[in-house]
Order: sequence, then structure tokens, then C-alpha cells
Amino acid sequence: MTAPIIRIKELDKSFGTLRVLDGLSFDVMPGEKLALIGPSGSGKTTILRILMTLETISGGHIEVCGEQLYHMQRNGREVPADAAHLHHMRRHIGMVFQHFNLFPHKSVLDNITLAPMLTKAEPRARAEARAMELLEMVGLADKARAMPSQLSGGQKQRVAIARALALQPRIMLFDEVTSALDPELVEEVLLVMKRLAAETDMTMLLVTHEMGFAHEFADRVLFFDKGRIVEQGPPDQIFRNPEHERTQTFLRKIIAAGHRV
Amino acid sequence: MADWSGYLNLILQGALVTAQLTIYGSALALVAAFLAGMGRLAPWRAVRWLSTLYIEFFRGTSIYVQLFWAYFVLPFMGITLSPLAAGILALGLNVGAYAAEVVRGAILSVPRDQYEATVALNLTGAQRMRHVIVPQALPLMLPTFGNNAIELLKATAVVSLISLTDMTFQAQIVRAQTGNTLIPFAMILILYFAMALLISAGMRSLERRMTRGLDGVR
Ligand SMILES: Nc1ncnc2c1ncn2[C@@H]1O[C@H](COP(=O)(O)OP(=O)(O)OP(=O)(O)O)[C@@H](O)[C@H]1O
Ligand SMILES: [Mg+2]
Repeated sequence: MTAPIIRIKELDKSFGTLRVLDGLSFDVMPGEKLALIGPSGSGKTTILRILMTLETISGGHIEVCGEQLYHMQRNGREVPADAAHLHHMRRHIGMVFQHFNLFPHKSVLDNITLAPMLTKAEPRARAEARAMELLEMVGLADKARAMPSQLSGGQKQRVAIARALALQPRIMLFDEVTSALDPELVEEVLLVMKRLAAETDMTMLLVTHEMGFAHEFADRVLFFDKGRIVEQGPPDQIFRNPEHERTQTFLRKIIAAGHRV
Repeated sequence: MADWSGYLNLILQGALVTAQLTIYGSALALVAAFLAGMGRLAPWRAVRWLSTLYIEFFRGTSIYVQLFWAYFVLPFMGITLSPLAAGILALGLNVGAYAAEVVRGAILSVPRDQYEATVALNLTGAQRMRHVIVPQALPLMLPTFGNNAIELLKATAVVSLISLTDMTFQAQIVRAQTGNTLIPFAMILILYFAMALLISAGMRSLERRMTRGLDGVR
């Protein structure tokens, strides 16, 4: 039996007096495709941001690739991770944001090659060759020289996916990557992600309100409410036969709002 | 009637000194502004404290006093500067303190999204600043930098206090020798104005070049 690639144990997160994650525990196996769903404010984004080290934690432990993310050993004692440890751990993880966060002053190609050249000291030629492969994969090879401001939202998001992939992380986090897009641009991004899910053994955590996509994409679905997992299981079970009333209510509301399941 | 071509020459020599003070002073101000502006955002408390001290001190004391210190007091501490060097030092550090706040403000106004992207791409703090944050903050600084440079140009007139023969000093000489006030002062008025226009135009073209491709982002 292989070990989990992510182990979250008793994770707490508060913003001031607001408790957002409450003793949360779950494991993710290598290669697993996980969909995190739940009502607004239930803490889905916060989990991804914590995994990307964009937040601090209030309590608990997270293990990534066999090492503690927010803790390290000093003289046999466990102490909070320092900047160097976080830097060391972040190489396992990549993230795609809701609003793309492309660098507006750099061309599409430079957006993708920047991090490999800086963090892995890749020579420009190799980084660019690899960036072109990735652009090919997301269907944007002809936009390599374009500036982000010249792209549509869907194109921007596909570039952002390519940029995150260029570092070849073992874990990819997607936070509502289509919710800032016009409806007609959603499909092209989802298509890229489906291909990615099918073709790579990367571990993926996806936060989404697209239930149909979550159904198709995920091996396992986690339904969150108020910072806790209410229910989890294979997509068929969660979407067709949810056990908990809160899950049922949530799915009913989503369907009523016009999302397909 | 006085020999006006000689006097004109005198004023043009003064203009050269004024231009030197402005150019070297601005260069020093730029360096000081980046060191102190980024220093105020540094992760180390001592660096933040030193930067704040520098900024508050040079904004809180007058340029006259700073110039006197640079020229008349530093020699007692074993540092003797030429009048030009003292002028450049005082002007550069004075304007640099104001510009440091511009640097800091511009860096803070780069959207947080951009910082988060650099974390997700695992850049180091220095790489983040150099490749992502500062290039986007720079176009925001330029208009105010232009104003700062013009302020510096106008402040150069104080160096006549330490017997530096800048444009204003020379105009006073010409006035004393010819008894004519209008002509020398009209001349330096035009020259100051022309230099300020030059700075504005330069800054605008720099700004245009830097914001190319950034359109539609902010
Ligand atoms: N930086 C912050 N400061 C204070 N409160 C925050 C902060 N970030 C998130 N929160 C709060 O934490 C809670 C969980 O937020 P989170 O963004 O994780 O929810 P979510 O499940 O992603 O919701 P949505 O579906 O709307 O994106 C919310 O109540 C939110 O207001
Ligand atoms: Mg969210």
C-alpha cells in the first residue's frame, strides 16, 4: 500500500475570531483527483491556499510528500517552518488561481519560462522548448509572443495552467479556475483540464462550482460545510445518492441555480 | 553698455553646474530612494528602522541645514567634500527621502495577486521583487519621480550658499556687475523652465515605453 502524498491532520484555521477550518483531517493518495465542493464560505479556498503556503495555520499538521509542510525538526524538537523550509516544500506544489494572476509585463512565453529559469536554473533554450510543448498542449502555441492583455479570459487561464505545469509539481491545486470566465469560454479550459487529468499522474485538488465537471474529473468528492467534511466518496455516490441532508440541500440549490450535475 | 556675450557665457556656465547638480543629484536620489523605499518593506527589523530613520530625518530637516552640514560640518569629522560633491550629496539625499516613499507606495500598490503568483511559482523574495513586483511598480513611480527631479532642479539654487557657481549665483554676479536685474533673471527663468520641460518630456517618454503591453491591466 502506497503512502498518502498529502496528510492533513486536525487542521485549524481562524481569521481573527472566525473559525474557518475546524479540526479538519483527510489524506490524498498520489495521483488522486479530488474535487472539493460546498457552499460559499465553507473554507475550500482556504484549504488550497494553506497547501500553497499563502496562509498560515492556526493548529494541526500537514504532511506533503512525506515531510511536514508547516513544521520542521530543530535539535530533535518540532518548530514552525522557516522561509527556507517553505521554499523547499513549495517545489512539490503548483496552483492555478481564479483570476489567472499572469504577469502583465511579460509575454506568454516569458510568463511560463520565468520560474523554471529562476528556480531550476534551466537554460533559456530548454525552458522555451518546454514552454512551447505546454502551449501546444493547451492549444495556444500561436500566442507565445502575445502579451496577456491581448488574450481572452479562457486563453489567459490556459496560459496560467501551462505556467504552473512548467515547474512539474507533483501536486496541482485549482481554485475555481473557470468562475471568472464568460460562459462560452469555460469549456475550452475544462477540456484542457480533462486532458491533463487523463494524461498525467499528477495529484490534483480542484475547488469548483461546476458539478458536472467535478463528476467527470474526480476520483473522489469532498463535500464541505463550515470548515468540516460533511460527506465524501466517489462522484457517483455524492452526486446521485448523497447521504446527508446538507449535501442534498446544497446539490438541489445548485441544480435550481441552473448548473448541470 | 556691458559686454553681454561675456555675461551670457557666465550664465551658461552656471547652467552647466545646475545641470550637473540635477543629474548627479537625481541619480543619487534614485539609488537612495530604492534602498530606503525597499528597506522599509524588508523582512529585517533593523533595515526597516534604518530606512525609516533616514526618510524621517531628511524630510524633517531643511535642505539648507543639510547643505551646511555636508559642506561645513563634515570636514570636522574628517570628510572634506568639494562644493559640487557636497551639493550633490545634500540634494540627492534630501530628494531621495521623498522619493523613497514613492517607491514604497508603488511597490505596495502592485496587486496582491501578483505576489501570490510568485509564491506559487516558488520564486525567492529577491527574484519576486526584481522580476515581478518592481517592473510593475516602476511605471507607477515615474510621474512622481518626474516631479521629484523638478523639485531637485529648483532646489539646486541653494548651493550658491556654499559658493558653488550655479545658474542663480551667476545671475546675481551679472546683476551686481551690470546693475541690470531684468535680463539675467529673465534668462535664468527661461533656462530653469526649459530644463524642467526637458525632465517632464523625458519622463513621459520613459513612461510610455514602460507601460507598453501593460494596457488594460489596471
Ligand atoms: N484573509 C481573510 N481574512 C478574513 N476572513 C477570511 C479571509 N479569507 C477568507 N476568509 C473567510 O473565511 C471563510 C472561508 O473562506 P473561503 O474563501 O475558504 O471559502 P470558500 O469555500 O472558498 O468560498 P467560495 O465558494 O465563496 O469561494 C469565509 O467566511 C471568508 O469570509
Ligand atoms: Mg473560494
